[in-house]
This record gives sequence, C-alpha cells and structure tokens, in this order.
Amino acid sequence: MSAVAPASVELERGSSPGRDAWHRLQKNRLAVAGGIMLLVLTVLCVAGPWFLRATYQEQNLDLGATPPSAAHWLGTDTLGRDLLVRLLYGGRISIGVGLCATLVALTIGVVYGAVAGYVGGKADAVMMRLVDIIYALPFTIFVILLMVFFGRNIILLFVAIGAVEWLTMARIVRSQIMALKKMEFIEAARALGYGHRRIIFRHLLPNALGPIIVYATLTIPAVMLLEAFLSFLGLGVQPPMSSWGTLIKDGAEKMEEFWWLLVFPGGIFSLTLFSLNFLGDGLRDALDVRAAKD
Amino acid sequence: MFRFVVRRLLQTIPVLFVIITATFFMVRFVPGGPFTSERALPPEILRNLEAHYGLDQPIWRQYTNYLGRILRGDFGPSFKYSNRTVNEIIGDKLPVSLELGGLALGVALLIGLPLGVLAAVRRNSWLDYLASSTGMLGICVPTFVLGPLLVLFFAIHLRWVNASGWYDWTDRVLPALTLGFVYAAYLMRLTRGGMLEVLNQDYIRTARAKGATETRIVLRHALRGGLLPVISFLGPAVAGILTGSFVIETIFQIPGLGREFVNSAFNRDYTLVLGTVILYASLIVVCNLAVDVVQVWLNPKLKFE
Repeated sequence: MSAVAPASVELERGSSPGRDAWHRLQKNRLAVAGGIMLLVLTVLCVAGPWFLRATYQEQNLDLGATPPSAAHWLGTDTLGRDLLVRLLYGGRISIGVGLCATLVALTIGVVYGAVAGYVGGKADAVMMRLVDIIYALPFTIFVILLMVFFGRNIILLFVAIGAVEWLTMARIVRSQIMALKKMEFIEAARALGYGHRRIIFRHLLPNALGPIIVYATLTIPAVMLLEAFLSFLGLGVQPPMSSWGTLIKDGAEKMEEFWWLLVFPGGIFSLTLFSLNFLGDGLRDALDVRAAKD
Repeated sequence: MFRFVVRRLLQTIPVLFVIITATFFMVRFVPGGPFTSERALPPEILRNLEAHYGLDQPIWRQYTNYLGRILRGDFGPSFKYSNRTVNEIIGDKLPVSLELGGLALGVALLIGLPLGVLAAVRRNSWLDYLASSTGMLGICVPTFVLGPLLVLFFAIHLRWVNASGWYDWTDRVLPALTLGFVYAAYLMRLTRGGMLEVLNQDYIRTARAKGATETRIVLRHALRGGLLPVISFLGPAVAGILTGSFVIETIFQIPGLGREFVNSAFNRDYTLVLGTVILYASLIVVCNLAVDVVQVWLNPKLKFE
C-alpha cells in the first residue's frame, strides 16, 4: 500500500501518482479556491506592510476610532491605528504561529509515530498507551497554566501548542509505518544491510507522505484556533504585537460602539480557517487518505 | 462488564495522580507567589502568612499534606479570597458552569443529530448541502467570534436579550447557542458519516427487502450503528465544552468556574488552581470512561478486553 492508492482505471501513460493527485485536487473547486485564498492572504500579510505607510504601532490619538473610509479602508481603532495595517501584521503572527507550531507537532508526531510503528512489540504498546493517556488529559488547561506561569513569550507558545497537537499525527504515522514495514521493499532494504534510521527516514516515511501532508494541513487551522483562543483570554501574543486573536479580543470589548473592530478581524480569521479546511479536505480526497481510525 | 469498568476505573487512578503531581510542582516552581503584590509585605507578615498556609514547610512535606487532604475531599483554603475555602468556591461556581455546559450539549445534540441523520438519508439533496455548510460554518467560526457577533446582533442591535449576565432564562440563550453550535457542527458531520457507512451495509438491505418502512430502517436499524462515531466523540466534546466555557464565561460575564479558573491562574491562587485542575481532569477522565463503556455496550464487536 503506497501513500497514493493505485489510480482507478484509464491513466494516461507516464502519469506519476503525485501528478495524478494534483489533477484530482485541481478538479475540486472549493479546495482550489481555498488554496488561492491562502496564497493571497499570506502574500498580503508578508508583503503588504512594506507598501503601506502606517506601522502597526503608529498612533493618532486625535483621530480616534473611525469607521471604514477612503483613507483607512477598514477604519481605525480607538488609538487611531489603521485596522488594515494591524490586520496584516497580526496575520504575520497568526500564520507564523500556525506554521511553526505545526512544524513542532509534525516533528514530534512523525518521529514518535515512526519509531513506535517500526519497533513494534512491547515498546510500541508502551508508547501508544502513553499517547492514549496524554489524549485523556485536559491539555488546554495545561497550556493555559504554562502561559500564565512562565511568561507569555511567543517561543513558549509554539512549544506549548506543538506539544498538544502532535498526538494525532503520531497515531497516523504509526499505523502507516506498521502497514508499510511488512512490504517487500523494506525487506530488500534490510537485506542490503541498511540501518534502522536509514530505513525509517529514506524508505518508510517518504511512502507515508500523503497522510502526513493532509494532517499537517488540517493541524494548521487547529493550531491557529488554539493560539487565537489563548490570545482571546489574554494569554497569547502580548501588545504592542497583535495576532488575529488579540484583535478579535479588542474588537469584542469595543464592538458596542465600533463594530468594524470585531467584524473585520473575525471575518478574516474565519476566512482563513475556511480556506485551510477546504484545502485540507481537498488534499485528503485527492491523495485518497482514509482516516486512520487506530 | 463489571470487571471491565473496575479495571478502567483503576487505570484512571495513575492518570489522576500524574495530573495532580504535575500541576502541584508546576504551580510551586514558578516565579512569583500569591502574596507578591505591588507593595512588598513586611517580612514578619509574609512569614506569618506562609506559616498559616503551610508554605514554610519543605516542599515534599507540602506535597504529601496536600495529597492527604485531597483524599479526604478537602481542597484547602483559597489564597486570594481570605476566609473562603476552595470547596466553597467550587460549590458556588460549578453549578453555573455545569448548567451552561449541559445546555450547550443539549443544543449540540438537538441540532447535530437530526441534521446529520437527515443529511445522510437525503444524500446530495439541498438539505445535505445545508447541513454540510452549517457544519463547515461551525468549525470555522470559533466561539470567540460567534459569541460577540451574536451579542452585537441580538443584544445590541435588536435588543432582544441582555448582552451579559446570568439572571433569567433569556440570559442562557446566547451562551448556550454559542458554545453548543461548534459541537453541533462536529456531531452533524460524524452522524452523517456514520449513518452513510451503516446505510450501505447488507443488513439494511435485508431490512428493506423484508418491507420495513424507511423510518423504521433509519431509527431502529441504522441509528444504533451509525451513532458509534458520535459516542466516541462525546468524551472529547465534554472536555471541549468544559474548556470552551472559559471563553464563553468571559464573553458573557457568567459567574462560572471557567472564568474563576482563568482568574485564579492570573492571581496565582495556588490552591484554587490546583483544585479546579483536579476537578476538570477528573470530570474529563470520568467522561472518557463512561464513553468507553457505552461504546462497548452498543457495539458487540468490541469486547470488554
């Protein structure tokens, strides 16, 4: 069983499984729209601030909060800061946290799952039992405690979130490896005298890449959600830096008079989650990954 | 069955023990104590306070004392609210959170289950698309966006309900809807998926061949199997509703335990933090256990191993 299921019937000759999946993904209009939307948002957030005059902390107290206008497309906040600029800077943080924490979760989960699946036996049983136990813990509570007690710094935020989100990845990778390691090409690799590390990283994991990509894509929105959740409680990113979560928090506090402070950050955040989820679902269908139940 | 439950109960003891120990030492080893304030207390008073709460004893001694007290169901005095015990605070605030959580779970089940079943039965109809979009909406519009938006529209714009508070039943509507909607979305997706899988099975065809009505097939034959994924999600859902209430209680200013927990962490009210974490953890662990038991009971394929 390879990561990509053997294609159904009439395949043009020379079509690789990867290209095949790519074609299937392109046919899924929602997934394509999600992908494009993400690309646009990322480019805007990364490059946008360079082209705008205002910086995210530039205040104009005389101006105060103004509704959307020609000068400030999305209005300004109570300190006279341009909301569009703040949203773009906030997007850098939110997307950055999403990617970095997912990377942490991915690394831990893949290595853990691969080792458990490859070694098997007692070690595997113990390792997966541990995952089961951790699954049952109220982890959000621990992340909150960590953030309160050990200062709210952004590196800790990555680590804390990443440490929560690796569990599912570990299970998925393990079940993939378990299935793959019984196949002949692994036996061949072993017969060639390759070491365990080489077999895991060069032969097994590349074949499990499909599910890994899919679940990484679906982990990003989960991570961004957790970051925004923490920021909303005042435990995430600290001022003057702002993520979308902190902007939503500010907006929720002031929405009675200044609705745009809530509606735009909330809207762009939800839009991003939509895009990521559609893209993730599309990838799952395109790569034909069945949810690993175990 | 009985042996299975007992064994699972015994397995939860080490889990709870780890949680208590981890939280205890995490809370103790952090910089800053409950009595650090802007104005430094005179050393004598600080010493008296610490002696009063037993903080002057060696840490392992404090730890064993604490374990002993928990076994007797006593979470100790609160550090921040003088003259109040953690048990009293929990007794005050927990019912509010439980009511909110119960209502939210009700909302989730009432919306999620019927919609999921209908979407599966009428596959690819407008109803299915409606359900799917609702599901996506619930997953992508988080509570801390949905809640304020609902307040903005129904409380501030239309003035139908109060924006915050927890007095009469109208105050329950928006918080319960906000918190329940996300889980309604997940339940809907799971129910739909589970039902679709079951409706393709041979025994459903058999039932149909025997002339059972469609309603009977869905309700009597398919639902039992189709609900399995839903049941296994209920454990995480309860945990999520409990932690989700932190945000909801903040948005709607509800005097529940969730808001109290976040405040206690900010205040470094050690005993209150410990007490609430242990309580939440036990609730979640017990819910997971209950879900496991129900799951095995519903699905004879899984044996009580």
